[in-house]
This record gives sequence, structure tokens and C-alpha cells, in this order.
Amino acid sequence: MSALGQVASEIENEPEPAEVDEPKGGRRYTGYVLIIPGILWLGLFFLIPFYSLVATSLYDPAGTVFSGYEVTWEWSNYTTAITENWQPLLRSFWFGGLATLFCLLLGYPLAYAIAFKAGRWKNLMLVLVIAPFFTSFLIRTISWQLILADNGFVVETLQWLHILGQDGRLLNTPIAVVTGLTYNFLPFMVLPLYASLERIDPRLIEAASDLYASPIRGFAKVTLPLSMPGVVAGTLLTFIPAAGDFINAELLGRPSDSMIGNVIQGYFGGGNNYPDAAALSLVLMALILVMVIFYVRRAGTEDLV
Amino acid sequence: MSAMGRPGRWISDHLILMIGLLVLAYTFVPIAVVVLMSFNDPAARLTYQFDGFTWSNWANPCEPEGMCAAVRVSIEIGLLATLGATILGTLMAFALVRHRFHGRATTNLVIFLPMATPEIVMGSSLLALFVGTGFSGDLGFWTILIAHIMFCLSFVVVTVKARLAGLDSRLEQAAMDLYANEWQTFWRVTFPLVFPGILGAALLAFSLSFDDFIITNLNAGNEVTFPMFVWGSAQREIPMQINVVGTAMFLISVLIVLAVSLRGRRGARAVA
Amino acid sequence: MTTADAAAPAPESSTAAPETTRDLRLESLTKSFGTFVAVRDLDLTVPRGSFFALLGPSGCGKTTTLRMVAGLEQPTQGQIYLGDDEVTDLRPYKRPVNTVFQNYALFPHLTIFDNIAFGLRRRGRKDVDSAVNEMIELVELGSQAHKKPAQLSGGQQQRVALARALINEPEVLLLDEPLGALDLKLRRQMQIELKRIQIEVEETFVHVTHDQEEAMTMADTIAVMNGGVIEQMGPPSELYENPATTFVANFLGQSNLIRGELASGSDGELVVDIHGSKIGVSRERSRVQNGPVWVGVRPEKVYISATGEEESTDANTIVGGTITDTSFIGVSTQYLVRMPWGQELTVFEQNTGARKVFSPGTTVDLHWSRPHTFVLDAEQDATAGVETVDDTP
Repeated sequence: MSALGQVASEIENEPEPAEVDEPKGGRRYTGYVLIIPGILWLGLFFLIPFYSLVATSLYDPAGTVFSGYEVTWEWSNYTTAITENWQPLLRSFWFGGLATLFCLLLGYPLAYAIAFKAGRWKNLMLVLVIAPFFTSFLIRTISWQLILADNGFVVETLQWLHILGQDGRLLNTPIAVVTGLTYNFLPFMVLPLYASLERIDPRLIEAASDLYASPIRGFAKVTLPLSMPGVVAGTLLTFIPAAGDFINAELLGRPSDSMIGNVIQGYFGGGNNYPDAAALSLVLMALILVMVIFYVRRAGTEDLV
Repeated sequence: MSAMGRPGRWISDHLILMIGLLVLAYTFVPIAVVVLMSFNDPAARLTYQFDGFTWSNWANPCEPEGMCAAVRVSIEIGLLATLGATILGTLMAFALVRHRFHGRATTNLVIFLPMATPEIVMGSSLLALFVGTGFSGDLGFWTILIAHIMFCLSFVVVTVKARLAGLDSRLEQAAMDLYANEWQTFWRVTFPLVFPGILGAALLAFSLSFDDFIITNLNAGNEVTFPMFVWGSAQREIPMQINVVGTAMFLISVLIVLAVSLRGRRGARAVA
Repeated sequence: MTTADAAAPAPESSTAAPETTRDLRLESLTKSFGTFVAVRDLDLTVPRGSFFALLGPSGCGKTTTLRMVAGLEQPTQGQIYLGDDEVTDLRPYKRPVNTVFQNYALFPHLTIFDNIAFGLRRRGRKDVDSAVNEMIELVELGSQAHKKPAQLSGGQQQRVALARALINEPEVLLLDEPLGALDLKLRRQMQIELKRIQIEVEETFVHVTHDQEEAMTMADTIAVMNGGVIEQMGPPSELYENPATTFVANFLGQSNLIRGELASGSDGELVVDIHGSKIGVSRERSRVQNGPVWVGVRPEKVYISATGEEESTDANTIVGGTITDTSFIGVSTQYLVRMPWGQELTVFEQNTGARKVFSPGTTVDLHWSRPHTFVLDAEQDATAGVETVDDTP
């Protein structure tokens, strides 16, 4: 069961799930009848569009939306796209990576606290983790503009502490972008981590302590390794959307901080450069698929959904 | 253990919890700002700070031109997308948990991928589909709806599947043992017990739909949803009523989730 | 429920057995899951109105058999009959059979009242209220009717599960280890209660359990199952005193099994040679007529005497044993006696106070009366049915 699923069932106060019998295939075809509408929808509007994307990426760049496009097997679209945009591409992975790391550093203690230290407040805390989700993503990011503003509380405090120079600013810097990314994707890290930690039998930690392990060693040798599936899942679910994001970069950064998402968005919007946009999207997607396949190889697919 | 005194012991026991609570508090800072700003009477329009307290934003929520229309569009799409995604997703969850079919691994992967794919990629590929099949002139309400059902599906499947998997199948066997046929068993036993999961999934789907920007923006044509309105105004002039809508959304959602959660807890409490 | 209700209330018409109770008959019933055969070619008749126990270790196929009777499992081969009517392919909701599930399977979202009323309502009965209230009073849960299952204790839930099934007056009531989750004292109470109810309602009860004491306490007839087949079936006393296989001998209580050779025989009597001693046994109590055998005798039937003491000529005697262990259990003393051929035999002696206790190291003779002997096929495994630490539930 995926992390989201496990957390979902916890919040609804599920009693201990009983052992599940093998699915009863009483009627041989019921399964197919039930699954096909959804799979069709996903197939039609998720999988097939990728085919369209590939086709678009191979269009003659001379075409436009109005004059129509020709598939001219223009592989050079890929090379132009990458050579022109390797900086935003790298920056996306860099920012995404940093944000994921900070999410891990901030999220792990939170997940640990909820799993082991929260007691009867567990459900409430889980709700609180998800609650900010319910305010518009954009509005929250705009709020960060305010919080990190030049004459705002945060900047002034940091200047007073001499961490920031007199001319120092936070807004419209990479720091702001990473801060925004970290904030917005924190729940994606916390939930899988929590699900993984929750499954650890606390008596294992007691056993480690009984066998002369200090709390830190006990954590390093027992808890951390056992929580690895959650760390991996959380990392995937955080890094992927973070690397592809452009809203944080747009609202909190300068044009020179642009990520690959900004570029793609720009190509589609004002630039009307559909072939390059498509090519870039596919490059991004390919890199991400590599990571997902790597994960699936190790962990299988049953726990994904 | 080290030679810490009693206060030291208390700190180390509670350190993790305190750090956790701090992080949690941190996640609410922007929310607090949003709520605060909804009462703001700003002097300047582009970069704002808190200048003066006013109720007028709450009193005249629809003052900014086009905002309430955008909110209505978002709500309409949200409701329809929730309906579509919940139905399709619930069917899929039942298939995954209760029935046998070939291609489980592929199905699991296809359901998982939309949750892991960057929105910019999903949005651009859908746009490519619409353009490539000649619908580039028809981008609007329906293309947005199609996109929303698509990316909400996976989340519904995950949520309902979790609830369903935790349901003891012996309850349905007991129902049949007590003379309920398949149809009666489903409506009287299975459905009532899965319903909270379906409700939770619907809530989640609505939130995702209402809040979506990236995919919507690429496939909206001339239609304007609330997030698109916010984005547009971020380039120009940000009306404080945006924060009113944001605050309202937050409060309503939290209330609903808490209500569902508390109701679940009360039902399950054992007295003996 | 209290066992102080010595005088059973007069049978109420709503729970008396329907006139149409028929015998339950299983014919060549087989169930396989892929290559694993859970139930193998089972032939069984449960007489109407009897309390029948399916007894065996976990994995022996007893629960699978029960589920096939309920209709929750489809047999791979074979038929199930109620009287002359075949029910093999009928859906569970079409059979006049109800089940008390192992974990009760009470509907968590319905009140106790609605749980009990469930079956009656599905069958279209209009005036369920009075019947349900009567049943609730019968199982002494009157004040709990409006509560949900999660608010009741385990014992209360068990009674609800029973009431929910009984109220439908099934021809056959199936019980799948219903007392497993209860503590010892409550379990004993419920065993007696269930037996009392069965006598009162005159319905056929089929009770599945791994607890041999429970089966012997409650059932009129026991079928001991092992590996998908019935090893022996009959009244508890017959199974206990004259087991047909080593499995039954070891699974019910304990047995001493000694290797021997059939030496000679007359019309009614056989003589077996055990390591030099001659043992007499009647032909009826011997499952094989020649070749190597196991000679069996229950530990509580064996009498210890100091070497050389005279005993009656009607007894079987083996000499030359040495006591290796003496355990005082309270109600009895348990001896382990090592015989000259190396085997350790078990003897239980009831603590009547009339006999002295033998200490380890003493040389003794063992005696038991001839009719207490039973003889089994030596081909069978002497350790079959012995409960080891591994399979303690």
C-alpha cells in the first residue's frame, strides 16, 4: 500500500486491517469490467499524449500553431533544446535536489515525531501536515513573497544578526526559490516517511537499547535502515515535482534563476515554440523515468499505489 | 545513556517532538500570512505589506473583476472532475483489491505515473494531443475537465484502495451466509463501510482540481480558473480578496476533514 | 450467561427445530487449491439434530469443509446433500445453513439489533422486532441492543454472533472455532451453554475446533481430521478408548505405543509379543490381524507395582521398568518409566491418597487390564498427532 493510502486509512481511524484473503475471482471478468474505464481514461489522456508529445518534438520548427506543423523527424530539435537550455536543466536538478535534501532534514524529525512521539495527537498532527495543502499553492507562494520581502521581518532580523549584509536580500534569489520549493513539497516527503516509520515495531528500538546501543547508534543502526523505503519513496515524490516546477522560480526568483519548467512554459506560451517545448519536456520526463524504473526494480510495483 | 540530569532527560525525550512541532508551525506561517492579508488594506498594489486592518475585503469579496467568475469556473470544474474521478477511481480500486486480472503490474505503474510526473510534462503532452488532433481551437472548459479527471484518478484509486484493503472480506461472507445476495451484500455491507474512503477521495480530488494551475493553464484556451486569475494578478495588481478566497478554502477544508475524522473516532470507540 | 441457570427455560416456538431438519451428507467431497489438496474425498453423514465436531490440527481441512457446507467455498469435486436435496452449487444465501464465524464478523456499522435482524430482513420477514428482542433477551444482551459491536466485550460479541445465526432457525448451524478468542473460564462456560442451546433448539450443530477437550465435552459425534481426510469418526468415548490410528491415539489425550509382533491368535483373542512379554488383546480392539503392530494403552490405565508383586491374571504385564521421572501434578502423579528396550512409557496415577509414590530409580512392573489394550498398524507413524512446541497455537 502506498504512503498516501496508509495515511489516508489512519486518518479515518481504521481498526487493524484483518488479513486480506486472496481476491475472489468469482466472476472471471468482473475485474476487467471495473478496471477498463479508468485505464482507458488514463491511457487516452495520459499515455497517448506522450505519443503526441514525441510527434510534436519532431515537428519542423518553422511551423506555428496557425500554419500547422509537419512531422519532419527533426531530431535536431532535441539537440537545440538541450544545448540552449542546459543551464536551466542543471539548475532544476540542483534546486530540486537541494529542496529535497532540506525536505528530508526538516521532514524526517516531523515524521518521526508523529510516528513515535505523538500518542493520541497523531491523527491531528497528520491532518495539520496536510492542512496547508488546502490553500491554493499559488497564494501560499505569493505569501512567501511577502515574508521574504526586502523590508520584511525576516530580512530585517537576518540583517540585524549580520547573517545578511545591509544590501542583502532574500526575495528574487535562489535562496527564495529553494525555500519556496522546500515549503511546497514538504508534505510529499513527510507522508511516505511517516508511513514507513509507523511500521517499525518500537520493540526493535528497545531491543537495540537493551543491547547497549546509545539512542543515536540505535537510530543509525535500526531505525534509519528500516525507514529506507520511506526515504526513497519520499525522495522520489518530492524531487520529481520539484525539479519540474516553475511557479516558485517565477514568483520568488530572477529570470536568471529560471528552471526548466519556466523554459518549457515560455516556449508554449509567448514563444509558440512547440517543438522545442515538447523536446525539453520529453528530456525531463526521460530523466525522471530512469529514476522511477530504478526504484521499481528494487521495490516492485505493489507498494506504489 | 549519558549522565544527564532530570531536565536534560526531559529535553532529550521531547527534543524530537519539539523539532517536529517547530517544523509543523513553520508550515503554517504562510497560511497565517494569507489569513492576515485577507484583512489588509494595502497602500501599494504590486508589492504589498500590511498597512491597515479592514473588513471590506470580506464584505465585498467579488469586487475584483473576473475573480468570482473564475472561482465559479473552478468550482464547476472541481465538482464535475470530482464526480468523474471518484467514480472511475472507485471502480478501479475495487478491481485491484477484490478481483483478479492480468496485467496488475502494468496497471499499478500506469496509476502511479501521473502522481510522479511533473505537471509541466503532463500539461504539455495533453496540449500536444489536443493540438495534434485538431482541437487547438477548442481549448477551454472541457479540455480542462478532461485533464483534471486524469490527474485526480490516481489519488482516488490510492485512497479508496487503502480503505477497501482494510475491510475484512469475511463481513461480506457473513452477509451472504445470512441470506443477502451479491447486490444486497454490496449495498448493505460493503458500500457503507467503504464510503468514508470514497468521501475522503472525493475531497482530495476536489482540492487537487481547484488548486491546479500548471496543467490547467496550458489547456485552458480562453477559460479562466481561480488559480489562473491569481497568476494573472500576480503579474499586475493583487487584490486582497484573493486571500479571502484562500482563507475560506482553507477553513472549509480543515473543518470537513476534522469532522470526518472525529466521526470516525466516535464510531470506533469501545466502551467495554 | 451463567451456569446457574440449571433449569432450562421452556423451549420457545421461535427457536425450536423446524420439522424439516434433514441429515447433512457429504459425498466424495474434495477441495484443492492449485496443487494443494485441502480436503480429500470426504464421505460423511451428520445425523439431524446431533452435535457434531470436526476435530483436527490447523491445516487439516476442517475449516475448508465447513466453508463448503456454508457455500463460501466451491468444492472441486463431490456433492453436499441435505436429506435428498443436493445443495452443492447453491449460493450461501440460498442454503438453510448459517455460520458463526471465528472472529464473529459482526457488521461494525450496524447496531446489535440490526446485526441480529439482518438474516430475517433479507428473507423478507415483516415483523422482526419481537423475534429479535426475544433473541436478545435469550442471550442476555437486553441493555446493549442499540450499541455497535466495537462497544462490546469479546464474550458479548460472541453471543451476538451466535444469536445472529440462531434466530434464522437454520437446519444446520456451523461454528468455526467460535470460542477460540475467549479466555479459559469463559470458554468453559460457553461450551456448556452451547451444548444446552443445541439440545433445546434441536438443530444440527457442526462445530470445528482444534481443541480435543472441547470436542469431547460438547459433541455427540467427533470426526478427527488430518491432512484432508477423516481418520476416525464416532462418539467421544469410542474414539478415546479405541482409537483407530496412531494419529487419533496421540491427538486425543496421550497414548503409550509399544512395538510388537502378533504371535498367535484364537477366535476372540490375539497374543502380541512385546520385547519378550506376552500381551493379550481381543480381536475387536485390533486394527490389524498380523505382522508388526503398535500396542497401545493410555497412561491413566496403567498400574505400577514394585518388582515381583503379584497381580491378577487378567492383566497384561510388562516387567523390568525403571522410573526415570516423577512429577506431582496435584490431581495426579505422572511417571516416566524406562523399559528394558529403551522406550520411556508414561503412567498417570490418580492422587487418591491410597498409594505411595514411587521415586526415580525404583524398578517396577507395569500392569493394565486386558480390555484397555488397543492394537494399531505398525506402518503408521507413532509420533503422528503428538503436539510439539512448534504447533502449539
